[in-house]
Amino acid sequence: MKAPIQLTVNQKEYALEVEPSAMLLEVLRDQLKLKSVHRGCLEGECGVCTVLLNSEPVNSCLILAVQADGAKIITLEGLLKHGELHPLMKSFVENLGFQCGYCTSGFLMTAYSLLNNSKKPTEEEIRKGIEGNLCRCTGYVNIVKSIQAAAEEKDSGNWW
Amino acid sequence: MKNFIGSRVLPDLVYHHPRDMREALGLLNEIAGECKIISGCTDLIPAIRRGAWSFDDGLNVVDIKGMKELTSIKKDGDTICIGAATRLSEIVHSPVIREHTPVLADAVNEMASLQVRNSATIGGNICTASPAADTAPPLLVLDAQAKVKSFDKEELVPLNQFFVGPGETVLGSKDILTEIQFPILRPDEKTYRIKLGRRNAFTLSVISVATWVKVKDGVFDSVRIALGAVAPIPMRAKNAEEYLTGKEATAQVIDKGAKVVEGEVKPISDVRANAEYRKDMAYILTKRALMACVN
Repeated sequence: MKAPIQLTVNQKEYALEVEPSAMLLEVLRDQLKLKSVHRGCLEGECGVCTVLLNSEPVNSCLILAVQADGAKIITLEGLLKHGELHPLMKSFVENLGFQCGYCTSGFLMTAYSLLNNSKKPTEEEIRKGIEGNLCRCTGYVNIVKSIQAAAEEKDSGNWW
Repeated sequence: MKNFIGSRVLPDLVYHHPRDMREALGLLNEIAGECKIISGCTDLIPAIRRGAWSFDDGLNVVDIKGMKELTSIKKDGDTICIGAATRLSEIVHSPVIREHTPVLADAVNEMASLQVRNSATIGGNICTASPAADTAPPLLVLDAQAKVKSFDKEELVPLNQFFVGPGETVLGSKDILTEIQFPILRPDEKTYRIKLGRRNAFTLSVISVATWVKVKDGVFDSVRIALGAVAPIPMRAKNAEEYLTGKEATAQVIDKGAKVVEGEVKPISDVRANAEYRKDMAYILTKRALMACVN
């Protein structure tokens, strides 16, 4: 039996009907067509499904949509400004922070939150901050570099 | 697309969202059939996906996520009280915990991942009762107690009597764990903790150790040692604690005490490590933790 929920996603309000067993991931990706939210392990062990819920990174595969009733959600699509890439995303492009791209949206959401909450994190702090996102392609070095470069951009005021 | 390779589908759920504890306890009392209390779901969903737990369609879930009565961290005189539905991330950043019992905040900060800690709760970790539960060793050395409520009663259970077996606690089907309490650390009480995993982050414990030590005039006045992932339940190393009490707090005594721990643990061999290695690490990490407490 479907339940009604309200979600604010990327600053738009939605009134939705969801199955109680539906995950937030399914509602965002399949119902709202936000394809940046990826299916990975579905167990909270890889981080590709990471979104921001009330400004905090969470695994959307571990949250029932009904539990997110009333929440404010941001996905990668929400970081675009009229189609323009967010400075964090540009940094990943310039610093080769991705290869296949499957883990990337999850990393970007985690990194976005990390940089919003700390002033110029050290490499140690960055690595600790992204511990919940796995990457099989890059070896993480360029991901860390991309985040460091983005921190510089944020520091100089190029951020939103 | 609900079913993914090797990943089982969640059963159809009947979702209940009580507004407060009275409603929650009432629900538990009334609901016939299987009922699961949920909050972060960070153990529930993975276990269902793996096939470790399975439920029939129509499973009742009672959601206590974010319930105000269960999500506070308070200092009440000399006792710290943490609501069972308090998220791990809140414990990591809590000024109360950081000031009075940082050993707990440090242990929690190494659990799972940032994303999981933003959903998972301390009560969930305790009630899932994995022998490797990472909140358990620090809570056990802090002599924590668990407040358990049901429709018609409330009791305080010492945490070292709470775990009964792997995945099993003293909780009945109508009970809710509401709070964890423990005394604050005094200046002469030193604690330390070590987690060993197969990697440095985002990993289950191969073994975890917590120690709590009070030294008076160079002698062990009292000692508490707790270990995770080396027995059917998170355990206190009582034999070692008894051995050390009253003896001089020297490196040689600590070494012997840590050896007693090695004999006391009952680890299994599993996908993460074999029993021999765990016993060896029980000795080495206890020694390290005790030395850190004493110095």
